[in-house]
Formats: sequence, structure tokens, C-alpha cells
Amino acid sequence: MMRLPPFRYLAAVSVADAVKLMADHGPDAMLVAGGTDLYPNMKRRQFEPAVLVGLRGVRDLVGVRPAASGGLVIGAGTTLTAVARDPQVRSDYVGLALAAGAVSTPQLRNMGTLGGNVCLDTRCNYYNQSYQWRKAVNFCMKKDGEICLVAPGSPRCWAVSSSDTAPVLCSLGAHVRLAGPGGERTIPISALYRDDGIDYLTKQPGEIVTEIVLPPADGLRSVYLKLRRRGSFDFPVLGVAATVRLDGETVREARIVLGAVASLPREAPEAASLLVGQRLTPELIARAADAAYRPAKPLDNTDFGHPYRKKMTRVYVARALRRLAGLPEVPEA
Amino acid sequence: MKTRLSLRINGEERDVLADTHKTLLEVLREDLHLTGTKHGCELGECGTCTVLVGGTPVLSCLALPIECQGVEIKTVEGMARGHELHPLQQAFVELGAAQCGYCTPGILLTAEALLEELPMPTRDEIRHALAGNLCRCTGYTKILDAVELAALRMRQGEMPPPASRAEAEGARP
Amino acid sequence: MKKDAFSIVGQSLPKIDAWAKVVGDTKFADDLLMSRMAHGKLLRSPHPHALIKRIDATRARALPGVYAVITGQDLPRVKFGILPVSQDEEALCVDKVRMVGDPVAAVAAVDDETAERATHLIDVEYEPLRPLMSIEDSLAHPEVRIHEYGDRPNVHKVVALQFGDVDSAFARADLVREDVFFFEGNTHLPMEQHSAVAQWGPDGKLTLWSSTQTPHYVHRLLSKILDVPPAHIRVVAAPVGGGFGGKLDPFAHEIAACRLSQVCGRPVKITLTREEVFYVHRGRHPVLMWIKTGFTRDGAITGMHFRSWLDGGAYGSYGVASTFYTGALQTVTYKIPVYKFEGARVFTNKPPCGPKRGHGTPQPRFAMECQIDKAAEQLGLDPADMRRRNLAEPYVRTANHLTVTTIGLGECIDRVVEASGWRQKRGSLPPGKGIGIACSAYLTGAGTAIYWNDMPHSGVVVRADRSGLVAVLSGATDIGQGSDSVLAYLVAEVLGIEPKDIRVHPADTDLTPVDLGSYSSRVTLMAGNAAIQAAERLRARLFEAVARKLETTPDRLTAAERRVFVADDPERGVDFAQAVVLAESMFGVLAFPGSYAPPKRAGKYKGGGVGPSPCYSYSACVVEVDVDRETGKVTPTEVWIAHDVGRAINPLLVEGQVEGSVYMGLGEVLMEEQVFRDGMHKIPSLLEYKSPTTLETPEIHTILVEGADPEGPFGAKEAGQGPLLPVIPAVANAVHDAVGVRIDETPITPEKVVKALESLRQGKSGRLGPERVPVFAFPEPRVVESAFGLPAEGIAARPFSS
Repeated sequence: MMRLPPFRYLAAVSVADAVKLMADHGPDAMLVAGGTDLYPNMKRRQFEPAVLVGLRGVRDLVGVRPAASGGLVIGAGTTLTAVARDPQVRSDYVGLALAAGAVSTPQLRNMGTLGGNVCLDTRCNYYNQSYQWRKAVNFCMKKDGEICLVAPGSPRCWAVSSSDTAPVLCSLGAHVRLAGPGGERTIPISALYRDDGIDYLTKQPGEIVTEIVLPPADGLRSVYLKLRRRGSFDFPVLGVAATVRLDGETVREARIVLGAVASLPREAPEAASLLVGQRLTPELIARAADAAYRPAKPLDNTDFGHPYRKKMTRVYVARALRRLAGLPEVPEA
Repeated sequence: MKTRLSLRINGEERDVLADTHKTLLEVLREDLHLTGTKHGCELGECGTCTVLVGGTPVLSCLALPIECQGVEIKTVEGMARGHELHPLQQAFVELGAAQCGYCTPGILLTAEALLEELPMPTRDEIRHALAGNLCRCTGYTKILDAVELAALRMRQGEMPPPASRAEAEGARP
Repeated sequence: MKKDAFSIVGQSLPKIDAWAKVVGDTKFADDLLMSRMAHGKLLRSPHPHALIKRIDATRARALPGVYAVITGQDLPRVKFGILPVSQDEEALCVDKVRMVGDPVAAVAAVDDETAERATHLIDVEYEPLRPLMSIEDSLAHPEVRIHEYGDRPNVHKVVALQFGDVDSAFARADLVREDVFFFEGNTHLPMEQHSAVAQWGPDGKLTLWSSTQTPHYVHRLLSKILDVPPAHIRVVAAPVGGGFGGKLDPFAHEIAACRLSQVCGRPVKITLTREEVFYVHRGRHPVLMWIKTGFTRDGAITGMHFRSWLDGGAYGSYGVASTFYTGALQTVTYKIPVYKFEGARVFTNKPPCGPKRGHGTPQPRFAMECQIDKAAEQLGLDPADMRRRNLAEPYVRTANHLTVTTIGLGECIDRVVEASGWRQKRGSLPPGKGIGIACSAYLTGAGTAIYWNDMPHSGVVVRADRSGLVAVLSGATDIGQGSDSVLAYLVAEVLGIEPKDIRVHPADTDLTPVDLGSYSSRVTLMAGNAAIQAAERLRARLFEAVARKLETTPDRLTAAERRVFVADDPERGVDFAQAVVLAESMFGVLAFPGSYAPPKRAGKYKGGGVGPSPCYSYSACVVEVDVDRETGKVTPTEVWIAHDVGRAINPLLVEGQVEGSVYMGLGEVLMEEQVFRDGMHKIPSLLEYKSPTTLETPEIHTILVEGADPEGPFGAKEAGQGPLLPVIPAVANAVHDAVGVRIDETPITPEKVVKALESLRQGKSGRLGPERVPVFAFPEPRVVESAFGLPAEGIAARPFSS
């Protein structure tokens, strides 16, 4: 039986309480909401916090409500099931509904939260292994070791951003609200991520993601496509999030963000800029897919070989854009 | 460190003193001897340990019992009412949907939650609802058949689920 | 006494243990709780290949809560293994480890966590050796020996057999094809992690409860390893939460639990983690294959030469049998007048391979059925027709001396061709969609035991007493396939009672007669025949007693509907319980044995013991696939499978076996693989080892083909393994039909399909697969005359029947 290491469990009753508990216990403490990412890691001894601050009882963190600015606010403690099923998310932020609904399994989505998925630990098949396994390879720099086993000459960790919702939220131009000892702040979600497998979030450890704020939905079309071996359980080995804001048939804004090809959600700005001011024709889509393919630099640390994942970036970006354009996903042979 | 837990499991109040870091799976099996809940990986990668918390299928290997207090927990032992099987259990018996039977408890409970929410699921909807429960014996075919059969019987009122029947009776003056 | 119709056989009844399974009552080994029980844990090697220089458990022993720590020094220095010819395993390695996961020490402690913590405090000093991680590696480095034994350095077993003159057969052929295929290794992945509870009592007697498919072999080996007389050991097989061959070997954790229990004076439970299950493994061998076949213009096979190289992993396990099996069953589906087989099993520093569903035969079946598809294409023949026209003949012997009885393969082909719409679909499906066919055959029980003996392979005792109770005691193990239920159905059929009236007590070496185990699809046939014999002996006594009471003769009686009565005057009779009272009054205690041993048909050559079976099941499968040309993803959209089961004792259970086989075959052909990197298992988890979910499993249309076989109980043949075999090549052939590529290795992953499509676009072959075979000089083959077409002998001979 894989078991959790011992810890003290402190149930926060409010965001302020959680912030205080985190401050009180400093680096000994970790936050837990759904636990679906943290507990497996704790069982493999990637984390052994002395204190867990549980967010489950913080009612303020749960729910979906309209934002004053005209968008939507989703509490970070809202389960992925609830996000995927929310009528407004489904109609206005299709990409997010697809991404939340594509995380792992129904059971896991019933437990896992949007905030948890946004903060999902980066993954690597040298890292997501048991303690004994990692010990056998002398550990890696992400935990207990010295070097990156994927790229031994590299000074950095190449663990992969494996969140499904993060690329979509980046492509939607969402913001996250953070609560910490210094008060609240709101940042664009793309500013939450850092291109480092270990230090992959810019937030302070004691800061809590409380809300995800989505922009107004008018003219917004979004989609998320996920490459994985199976239709369930599997993390993305490539995620393509594409969002366009249309004015009639003309693209006014566009954002393409790739998941699982780097330590953070990787934007493909060149591809997106090709679309702006244009109509989404099959030819334009093919050109954009070519451009989006370039920034994808997957390494050999997930399921499927990285050359294949790189190759599929073009296919998946094209399919995502074709879907946004209302074209059949796969061109007729 | 131990925590005193007050859990409501299968309609019974159970008080138990258990290590704080024990998962719901471990407390159910080891402290309460409810061994009907099985485990296949303890990492949330198979669905075998699924139980219902507040009617929702969750992975007991990744749930802390301390967070499940005050909510009804249902394990496979709580599905039948006395000797009266839940229509899903009855259909699994009749259609051979349990081979080795190891994944069966988790699948039954996941299916129960599905039928509670969606009394007339399509086969595809059943597939999606059970996509988080691995089975290595059946090829899922008889499982899908059995869920369909149970749904049909529950709709036709041939075999209402024991729990909802009781509620219906209780609601009458 | 001959019945016209069956009352139980042929009905789709619930399994007798179905109720316990749906309410959570079934006690699997890990569910067993005992007072004072300690929890055990093994320390396993982090090195793929290393010498053990020193083990120091001082710190572990000092940890509070630790009851016992043992190493190999605490066990007799005898090696063991499931096959007498491959005694190469140690429960706890002493001098050397040969794979990551090899056990070196074991701890018993107050709980799981303490036991695990203690394993971290055991200091082991290793001297790493060069790991050999592939067949090529092991052959290239004979100076680095994984084992000191074997036919050649790092070669566990080499076989070479020739039945008739293949060279002249090829000379006669209109088309001779040589193809190379590779079948990747994969694993059983039962949902239940192995678990064992041992209790060594103060009386010196040992009881082991274990999730094992072979309590008898575990019993034998425990006696040898622990140096305790077998009479003092009791092995009870707990209900098994999925086996598929993965719980067929005696395992280190079982042995360690026993010794720990002896040392600490408490019951000890060891349950493996999922990762450890990947290390104990014994799954499908990776096999590289070369196949040369001669065909006539109309598709008949003139002769076949088959070579296989098996990547055996670190230990022998069933590997010698696996090696022979890669060459054994090619001959039982189509006429192959002459045949030559060469095979070699190579040691590598990976978890050992062994028997998985279809043991050693899915790999060659994949090669052979794909090659036939290629030949059909070249010859301009419909692949279904080509197979149909060249079926093997019933009741004759094959080139390699296997005796075949009934063959329902023709009907299987006809039925799947019809049901799938093969004739309309073939060649006319839209681009990206394809349809493929393949056939197969499998044993109904291995014809020889693992160790040489003249005793029954299956024994059953049927007991009845004055209460009307009927108990069936059988050494067989139900691993979910429903074999306990099958015994109840058969006994109920013979005695004219209901399965509900019977209790089956399985797999307890103290209480039940020996049964060799749940492997090689043997239980329904062997334990089933033994159960029928035992029940008939009981029935004979009942009839004698009732006949005296009714003043008639036994031959006029029949048993049905819980009564024993005069067949042509049904009013005259007694109810079943009364019949038992009469018989018990007349004869005393009523307990009757049934024994079964398969006909002795082993070919008179070394290796002739692998392949013979009382009878063979047959399957034909059509798969329709959808191939995404851009992503390479292969989606099987529908499967039609017809299985010749002889007679379906319970059609529902047979369907369940067929559906499960199809599922497992789809997993093997599309996604499942054991992957290693730098000596380590790369993906030892349920997340990363890809097992198909509901979303990957298509609708499966199962057709049962019946034609009673004289060897089977009421004519039944196996169903649990054979139907896996044709699925794999049928998918490969369908992929070719869909997009024109040949993926000659498993699994057929999207990456491989994309690569093959690129090659096709570049005007190349569109084939992806191994290009060459190792440089390996097989010895001169043992030349045996082909027995092709010789009449079958000794059909339905039943030893122990008098």
C-alpha cells in the first residue's frame, strides 16, 4: 500500500485563515485542495510537508459568478467537474470546458479543483516515480538529486507543464487572483508561470490562488485539443489551446498556447499574429500551424516520443483552428 | 498523530481514532474492516478504490477522512438493503459483469452515482462515466450491458433502488 | 444413462460466487486480517545487474516496531523455479542481483509504514556489473554471464526441430515468403496486487493464503525452499483478483512471508505495491521472429520454417515451455505438411517473462497470420477464403505430432465473415477505414504436467450427506473465469440438482485433491471431467439405493429437478435428499473421487511434451479499424469474433472470457508494452503502462460455435485464452487494409503508423518492423518424421476411470 507520510492537517475556514496558517508554518506547510496532485506526490515522497493547510472548508473558494468587468469569476476551489459542466463556461468558454472535462478521470475531476490544476506540479518520467525508483537512479534535480536526467548537461530542470486548463486559461487571457500575507493581487495567468521545471510558479509559496477571472466573452471562440494515449486517465503529452475573438468573420485577437511541450504553457505568438485581421481560411490555418510548430520543443520525458509530439503540434494546431473556423477538423483526403 | 473521526458510513455513525495521514481507503479497510473497498495503485490511477462521498464518486486512496466528516460515505457494503440487492448488483450477478470481482465495487458505486444523476444514460454516457475504472477481465462489455439493464429496470419500476424506495416510503404520510 | 437434453449445461446462469463479489464479501488475500498480524516488505535491488558484497541489517533491526529482518542467509541455500529444469531463483538473493526489483531482504513489522522504513535502513553494498538489456546485448557479451547455466552463455534454451523436408517443400511452392516480425513484451496487470499471508504455528506447521493460480506448485516449492515436509504445509489459494498467468510462479514474497512468520511468531502479510507487480511480472515475452513459408497458387501451405528469439529476462520461470510454445501451435489451424522450428531464449537483466494468456503463442500467431495476409495479397486471394480453403483436418495428427480432434474453425470463419459484412466491406470502405481477419487455435489444457509423474492432473471429491448437502472439493483455483461455478454446473447436471444446492470448496491443499492449477486453459476440461466422474460415482450409489427402495433397477432411474425417479414413470421416485439418506444408509459415508489425466500423446522427441492437449479451441476474428492518417491513431471500431468452444457449459461465462480476451488483445496490439531505460522499468505504474479503458474498447460481437468434442466435459473446450490470439493480427491486417502500411511489430502505436505512412508517401514500402534477426547459429535440428495426416489415436481415453 502506497501511504502518505505523516503530517498535521489544519483545516482553513477562510482565505484569510489559510493565508495566516501558511505564514505561521512557513516552508513546513503546503496547501491542499482536491489533493489529487499533491497526495500521489506525497506518497512517492516528492513532498513531505509537516503541515497541510486544507482549503476544502473554505466556501468562498467555490463557485462560478459573473465578474464586474463582464467576464466570469471561477473560485479556485471549484471542482473540475463543476467547471466542465457549468452552463456559462460551456457556452462562452468552450475551450475551458473541454480542458476541465479532459483532465484524468471522472472521479479525479470530482475531487480535483481548477486552482489545483492551474498549480499542477510539473511532470517528468524521471520524477513521477516512487522513492525507491528515484533512489535507484540517484534522484534528479527536481527532488533530492543534482542533475536533470532528461538533459544531464543542462543547468535547469525540464519537467513538463502538464495542466490541461492552464494553456486554455492563458489563451483566454484569464487573470488569477492571489491572496497572500501582503494582501491580494491580480495578475495575468501567463505571468503565473515560469520556464523552470522546479520553480514553475511565480507566486510565493504562501500565496493562495483564490479566483480565476475570465474576460468578457463577446466574440470569443476557444477550443482545446489534447494528445494522449487514452481517452481517460492520461495527462496531456501535447495540449493545444486556441482562442480567437471574431468580428464577423475577421479575427480581431488570437492566442495559441501549447501545453506539455515545456515547463510552462508555451505561447505561439507568431502563429497567432498571422491570424489577426484575417479570415480563418484553410490556407491561413495551415500557415499558422506551421508557425506554431516551431516553439514546441518537447523532450523525452513523457509518454510518446518527442519527435512525434513535435510533429503532432502542427496537426493539432491546425485541427484546433479548423474547429474554431467551423471547418471539418480533418481536411477531406 | 491521530485524529478522532466521526464518519457516517453506509448510514451508520462510526467513530474512529486513526492516524491523520491515513487515507479514507486505509481507514475503511484497516480501521473499520470494510474490506469491500479494494485498491489497485493507491495513486489515483485505476479507480478501483472508488467510494461515494455525498453521492459523488471519489477515489478513497486520495481522500482524507477528516475532510469527509459530516457527509454520507457509501461503500459497496452499503449498496444492498439487507439481502435485497441494488438493481445494479442484481444485473451484475445476472449478466456475469463481475469476473474476478476486484474492480467491481468501484464500478458499481460509480455506476450508482451515474444512474442517480442520469436515469436513462446512453451506452456512450455509461462508457464516459466508467472511463475512470480499469477492469482487466471483462472487456467492459458485460459491465456496460449490466448498467443498461439496471437502468432499464429502475426506470420501469421493476426494481427501484432500495435506498430511493425507502425514501419514497418515508416521505409518505 | 443417456440424457437427451441438458438441464443446467448450456444455460446462462449466474456464477456461484457472483453475489459475494457484488456485495464486497469476497475475501481476497489482502482482505485477510488476523490477530497479531505483522506486515512485511521486501527490499529490492536498485541495480539491474550487480554482485552483493555485503548486507547489514543492524539499523533496521534496531528500529522500534520491527519484528524480524531476514536475508538470503536465513533461508536454505537452494534455488528454485517453477520448472525442474530451471531452478535459478532465490527468494532473497545472496551473491548477485540480476534485475531491478530482485529481492535481497525482507522485514516484518508492526505495520506497513514501519516495515517500509526498516527496508531503507538495510545497508546493502553492491558491485555493479554491466547490465544486458536486450537480446543483441546479451548475445554480444558472452563474457558477462547473467547465469552460470544455460545452453550457451546468456542463452537459457536453444531448440531446433524438424518435421519433414522443408527445403523441398519450398522448392514446390509457387510463392515463398520470408518475413521478420517483433512482438513487444507486455504484462498481465491484474487489478489485484499480489498478496500473501503466512502463519507458521508453534506446532511447526505452516499455512499460506495467497493470491496464486497454482497452490499445488507453491506447496511443492515451499517444502523445498523452506526445508519443511509438505505434510506440514498448507497452501490456500485466496480468490484471485485477476491472474492471466501473472500469479502462476511461486514468488519471493510468499516465501519471505513464511520465513518471517516463523522468525517472529506472528502471521505475516505481504502485499505488493503496483510497482512491485511490474517486477514480479512473468508476462509476455518480447519475441523476434523470422518466418519462411511456401504457398501454392491457391494459398495452400507447402511447408513452414519458423525461428524465434525470446527475450527471457533475468530468470527461467516457464521460459523453456514458452520457447517451445512459440513453435508449437502453428500447425493446428491450417494444413502444414512439413515444419521446422528453431528457437532460443536469451537471458537479460529485466524482470523475467513467462506465461501470459496464450503463453508463447500470440507472438508466432501474429507473425503467421500477418504473413498469410501478405501472401493472400500477393496471390490475389481473399484472405478469408484462403484460410477457409486450407483448414487442418480433424482427427489427424499434425507435422509436429499433435493430435487434433474437433475443428470448428471453418464455421468460425464463415460466421465472422457473415456477421461483419466482410464481403461487402472488403475493398470498399472509405479511405482510412479498414477490415482485417485472422484465425487461431489454443490448447485446452497442457497435455503434460510441469514435473514428470503418472498421477492425476485434476482431482475432485464430491461429497453428499443425509442433509442433502452436496460439496465439491476441488484443488482448482477460480481466478475470475468462473471455474468453481463450472464445476457446480457439471455436478448439478449429473445429479439433477441446482447449482445453488452445491457448495464448491476450492484450492486448499489440506482439504482438496491436487489440481495442477489455473493455467493452460485446463480447468474446465480437466477438473470438469474429474467432477463429472466423481458425481457419476455418487449418482450410481444413489441409483442403487433408490432402485432397491422402489423395487426397480438402477438403469431405469434418472435424476432431474432435485429428484431421483423412474425415467418412464416419473411419479415413482424420491426427492434428492431422501435419495442421499437411502444411499448413506446403504453404503455409509458418501464421498467420491474423480480423477483426470490427459491422454498421453506427447510426441516421441525432446520437446514433444509442449503443445499436446486433449483438444484445441479455434477462433476467427474480424476487426474494423479507423486510422487517422495525420496522427496515426488506430481506433478499432467493431470486433466480430467466433470461438469454437466445443460446448458452452455456460454461454454467458464463455462470452465473458471471449470479450475479455478481445480486450486484452486490443491492448497488446495497440498500446501495452514493457519499456526499459537505463536498466530501469520506465513506466511501472497504472498511469503510464497503458491499459485500455471503456473508451478504448469497442463493441465486441461474440459468436459461439459449438460442436461437442469427445475429450471435453459434455464436449466443452477452452475459452479463456484462445480468443486473444487472432485479435492482434486481425488489427494489424485491418490497419494495412485501411491505409496500406504494414506494421510488423507490436504495439501498433500512432508514432509507428505515422512513420510508416511517411515511408509510403516517399514511395518506399510502408512497412515498419524489424529489419534483421540476430546472427545466431542454431544447432543441427533434431529430425523427426512429419506425422502430418496420420490418424488420431486414443480419443477420449480416460485414465483412472475404472
